[in-house]
Formats: sequence, C-alpha cells, structure tokens
Amino acid sequence: MRRRRFLTLSAASLGGVLVFSLDRKGSLLTSQEKRLRIPLRFFDESEALIVAAAASRIFPTDDTGPGAREAGVAIYIDRQLAGPYGRDRYRYTQGPFEDAPPELGYQGKATPREIYREGLKNLKGFDRLAPEEQDGHLRQIESSRFFSLLRQHTIEGMFSDPIHRGNIDMIGWQLIGFPGPRMSNYDEIDKHYGEAFRPKPISLRQATGTDVRPSEDEK
Amino acid sequence: MKTLPPVDVVIVGGGWTGLLMAKELGSRTALSVVVLERGGQRKTENYSSDMDELDYAIRMHMMQDLSQETVTFRHGPHQRALPLRQHGCFLPGTGVGGAGEHWSAWFPRFVPDNFELLSRTLEKYGPRKLPEDHSIQDWGITYDDLEPHYTRAELLLGISGKAGNLRGTRIDGGNIFEGWRSAEYPTPPTKIPYVASLFGDAAKSLGYHPYPIPAATTSVSFTNSDGVTRPGCTYCGFCSLFGCMIGAKAQPTNTLLPVIQKRKNVSIRTGTWVRRINRAAANGNGNVTGVTYVDSSGEEIFQPAALTILASWTLNNTRLFLLSGLGESYDPASGKGNVGRNLTHQILSAATLFFERPLNRFMGSAAAGLRVSDWDGDVFDHTHLPFLRGGSFAVVHIAEGPIASFGILPPSVKTRWGSDWKKAGLYYYDRTARLGFSGEHLAYKGNYMDLDPTYKDRLGDPLLRMTLDWRDNERHMSEFAAEKAVEIARAMGAKEIIPSPTLRNYDATRYQSTHLQGGTIMGSSPDRSVVNPLLQHWQSSNLFVLGGSTIPQNASANPTATILALTYRTADALVDRYLKHPGPLA
Repeated sequence: MRRRRFLTLSAASLGGVLVFSLDRKGSLLTSQEKRLRIPLRFFDESEALIVAAAASRIFPTDDTGPGAREAGVAIYIDRQLAGPYGRDRYRYTQGPFEDAPPELGYQGKATPREIYREGLKNLKGFDRLAPEEQDGHLRQIESSRFFSLLRQHTIEGMFSDPIHRGNIDMIGWQLIGFPGPRMSNYDEIDKHYGEAFRPKPISLRQATGTDVRPSEDEK
Repeated sequence: MKTLPPVDVVIVGGGWTGLLMAKELGSRTALSVVVLERGGQRKTENYSSDMDELDYAIRMHMMQDLSQETVTFRHGPHQRALPLRQHGCFLPGTGVGGAGEHWSAWFPRFVPDNFELLSRTLEKYGPRKLPEDHSIQDWGITYDDLEPHYTRAELLLGISGKAGNLRGTRIDGGNIFEGWRSAEYPTPPTKIPYVASLFGDAAKSLGYHPYPIPAATTSVSFTNSDGVTRPGCTYCGFCSLFGCMIGAKAQPTNTLLPVIQKRKNVSIRTGTWVRRINRAAANGNGNVTGVTYVDSSGEEIFQPAALTILASWTLNNTRLFLLSGLGESYDPASGKGNVGRNLTHQILSAATLFFERPLNRFMGSAAAGLRVSDWDGDVFDHTHLPFLRGGSFAVVHIAEGPIASFGILPPSVKTRWGSDWKKAGLYYYDRTARLGFSGEHLAYKGNYMDLDPTYKDRLGDPLLRMTLDWRDNERHMSEFAAEKAVEIARAMGAKEIIPSPTLRNYDATRYQSTHLQGGTIMGSSPDRSVVNPLLQHWQSSNLFVLGGSTIPQNASANPTATILALTYRTADALVDRYLKHPGPLA
C-alpha cells in the first residue's frame, strides 16, 4: 500500500484561525500558529504545494481579503481529482477521439487527473519562486486546458460548500456575501431593494443538521 | 432473455408525461400499468441535502449520466458528427421525475398561431417570406382544441400568475398577447425580486407590457383536485438544476407520485433501460407487442403489453423509434421518411447587465420574475423585418450560485485572474444580472436526427446523431432581441451591458434551454408526421408517443405546459375512445 502523503500547512494559512468580518476586513491571528498535517488523496506534497501556490496567484490573499490559500483550495482540488470527477466518471469517454471545432466542447481523452499530472510537470519549483515570477509562469500557460481547469477549480474551491474541503469556515462566502443554503428568504425577497442584505452564512451540514456526504467521498 | 407476464400498459419514461399518463390511467381505469424508468428513485426528502452548487449545478448530478449514453452532433450533413462528451447546450434529466425535477418551472402557454404556423404565415406574408429550406407545418390541432387541457394542467400544478386574456377580455398586468384563457391562474403571482422589479418598471416606461411569469414555483400553499398539497415557495435560490427541498416547485415526484403510489394497478420499475419497442412482425396488423429492457443487474427482459406509451425525452423517444426500426428514418436529401425530422431547439440570448447597487441575487426562484411578450410570435408585424416570429424577454433571480457567477465581469475589466480580477469579481458578484430572451426556432429540412454510424452507448447501441445549425432567421432574431435588451437594460439603470454574442454556428457548449422538439412529430397526415393529432402512431395503433418529440416546431415559450396539456388530451382519448374500441383514432 502507498504511504500516506500529507500537505503540511501552518494553521495561520487555514481559515480556522482567520478572524473575518462581513465588511471584508480580515486579520490573521499569527500568535496561534501551529503546524497541521493534512492527508492527501491524489497529489504528493510537492504537487500540492505547487497547486496551492498557483491557486493563490489566481485568487490571491491581498488587501481585499483572504484568498485561495486561506480557503484551502489545494485540498479541495486534491479531493476532486481523487474522486469520480478526477477520473472522468461522468464524461462520455468512448473513442474515437477527434479534433473538433470549439463549439463541440472538450473532445480530448485526458482526464482531469492526467491534465494536472502533465501540467504540474512544467511547474517544478513554482512554489519557491517570487510572486512576480510565478505570475510570469502562469501567463505562459494561460491558454492551456490545465490552466483553465486550475482557474475553474480555484473558483470552485473558494465558493463551494465546505463539505468539499475548500471554502474553509465559509471564508469565500463571507467575501462575497453569499449566505449558503438558507431554507427561506420568503420575508426578505421583496425587501432590501438596492441595499445589501447579508445574512450570516450557514453550511449545508449546519442547515440540514445531517452529515451530508460530498460525491468525492466514495464508499 | 426473460419474458415477463403481459401487462395492459407499459409506459417508457417516468417524467412529467409518463407519470401523468400513469396517474390518469391508474385512477380512471383498472388497467395494469408499468412505468419503466432508467434512473433511480427520487423523493422530496432527498433534496435538502442536495442544496450544494458544486455537485448539482456544476457537476450536474441530476442529469443523465453521459458516460452511459450521449448524442453526437454536427452542423451539416457532410460533416462527421462527434459525441457531446459533457453537458452543454441542453440538460436531460434522469430518475423518477426526469427533467421535471430540475426544471425552472416556467409554465407559459404557446402563442395560438404556432399551432397553425404554416397556414397562418402563408396567409399573412405569402410563400416568399418563408426561409427556402423551412419545414414548419401545422400541428393538426388548434389552440382552441388544447385550451381546456392547458387549464387542467395549470390546476394540477397550481400555477401562479395573472391572466391577460380571459375569454377575450384583455387585462392589464397579465400577458395581453396570450391566447384566450377560460380561467384565471389557480394561485396569485409570485413575489417579485429586485432586478425583476427594475425590469418591470423599465419595460413599462418604454410602453411595453410586463407581467408575472406563469410559475410552477407556487406562490402560496396549494391543494389540487387530487388532494395533493404543496407549500408556497420560500425563494431559497436552489431551484433550477435542483429538486425542491420542500416540494413548492411542482415536480412529478411531489405532484403525481403521491397519487400513483396509492394505486395498486400502477408500478414503477427503476433502473430499467429500454432498448427496443417490439413489433409483431408476424401478425401483420402493424401493432407493437411491448418493449425490451435491460434491468440494473444487466438481464435483458421482454415486457409484453397490450398498449405501449413512449414517454421519454425528445431525443430518446426518437432514438427508440430509430433503434426499433419503427417507420422510415428521415432522409433530408430525398425528403423521405418522417422519423427524426423537424429537430428544433430554442434561442436563448439577450444580455448581461452590471449595476451600481447590490442586488441580493442569492434570493429567488427560477420562475419568480417578470416577462415581456410584446415581440412574441407574430404579435408585431414582420413585413419589413429580416426574420419571422419572435420571443419573450424576462428577468428572474435565477440565483445562480457563486461558482457559476463569480467572475462574470463587464468588458471594462480585462484580467481573468490575479488581484485586479479578484477585486472586480468581489465588486460585481452581486451587481450582475441577466436579461433573458427565449425565441422561436423554426424547423428546417436540414435539422434532423438519425443514428450515428460510429459512436455507441454502454450497451453497444448506436448513439443518436443530431444535425443542427442556426439559419439567418435565428441570427437576425437574436440581433433584434439584443438591441431590445440593451434598450430595456439602459432604462433599468444598468451601468454596463454585454449583449449576447450574435448567433453564428450552433454552439453545443452554450446552454440554449432543455427545450428540444421534433423527431416523432404530430400532424394531420401520415405523409408528413409520425403520430396523429391524438399522439397515436399512424401505423401501430397501440403505440402512443408523449412529450417534446411530438411537437412539430419550437414555439419560443417553455414547452412543459403544452406537453402536459397534450398528455391530458391523449389520456382522454385513450380512456373515452381507444379502450372501448382499440384501433386508429384518426
């Protein structure tokens, strides 16, 4: 059996200790710093560090608030690639595979897992570069399918329900003012016209009181 | 192959039409009825834990599993078709309830003249106005024939709305361009969210006639004549692409299933994949004998039945005809054959709008909003326009989740990632709205379906092949719609506006609604149609076909109301006429 692999992160880079208010002023409590080891399902540690670094250039931590790093996007992507989506469980994958005009959609044979493995080969040492150099590398691969998946998955990891291991502490939802699965807006839908109405976010597990399983956690 | 004991009626497909027919036959007769559904069971109780944008709206877990079967696509008859490997331009459902579970629950009627599209257009504009390669035709029934059944369907689902034409009397605030109605909607209009209210005010200020979208996301608690009660909508925002967690959005599982489950003569078999409609080759009367399916264990099973009702989605109805060798496959070169002809979709376009003020878009239902039909059908004169027909504009808070909508930015923002992009994304996330237009798609000789010569499904059966492209009529109409949308958007106070790109070639990656029509169309003559106006197969009188595949051409509006009205009409014909004297009804 394969040895278990881990991504080691400082707790300060996780949402759990990030104090965040609805006016988008975030502050990291670095005094609580400790190291966390998160088991990986698909990436090895060096791959996870590259993905975490690249995702955080796509959705950076900056003066507008936390980003992909605090939301745990790399862990989200790891879980997705390890699961049915990563191996193209839902796509029609019978051949022959042919080139096609873009209006017919992605026609390639490569699964998301294969696209990441191949794409990451070209980003060796990426996580140790300065941010400007990292951006330069990303600009070179901007038109690749790997980058478009990485960008899409970064958005997904920022804003999907925390059951999927991204959006830690609903940090992405707090950033944009999305309240999650609220069961009723009946009394509010025709009020607050033109004024921001920002209920405190709740996650699916909080809203339902049940241990909802995400599809990537296969039995 | 195992052969089961015969049943009176086998229904292929457990969506809106199949379950409505099962309910009607199960309640009004003592016949034994079996519904075969390829997918699994679905229940309202499942849906609260499904309020997850990623698994449901992005990974599309309510949709047909394309790894098992998809369709192939090409723009013209001389191209090689390739499989649509992921969901895009339409979203077929699966499981009990079918696409009626994840639908957006709009319930408008069709404009009356679409039922006589060919003769009305010729009468008004003459033959030269019609596109050269059109294949539009009359349905063989009129709006008046269907009106009572529309009313029944609205009562079944408790549709919320406001009438604009009650027996010929125009009523302000409703759709004054609609066909006559014999009754007001069963429930009052939905609440109207902010952007939709801006749309309504703007449309009114320009002299147009906004009205509440006829919605099956019912505004108040409603009990129908079957005694089925559904609660009012809570505008949670998890609506289109989701099942409703409280059953406020009418779905087959919350509206029809409670009745069916009480009927001992009706059973639903899930996990059953129908491969063929069986024909009685030897007996010579052209009748069908039942269907062959593969169950979830992989065993092939023949289910004999006195009456077969094909009630799956447009594409699968057509494919089953083709796989079973029922009737002649349409050949666009010779014009011979009817199975597969008149494939139409629907135009979905208009504009993306950016506002200064936050919109609270997380609240809403897919059908809670306002609509404008001043350019629907032939409401406006087309003599000096470069196209025929039209469509309706609407604004709802469809409440697309943050994954789908983060990063939709005005043209003034040039970046796609990084700090500037993030900053713009955070600002515009709740300041972005869509003004939608759904327009009529004419039928053409070159848009059709047949079997693909190369690609197969999981069982080795050929995939359905779609040959489909836009023509100038659609391109001109969508340009016209974009101009109108920009005019309305400006009046709404939008700061930046992106009109939908002009239609060029049909783009299978761009969602155009799940409203596909044609393949086994109805008509008044077997020369130009597959089923008669009561949806009975012209050749096999014990085979009936329900759903979008019987509609001769798209009519701009969402088709579910029309499809359910047609199903009621066929149910009446079966119970009142066919079962007493089996044989051709027309």
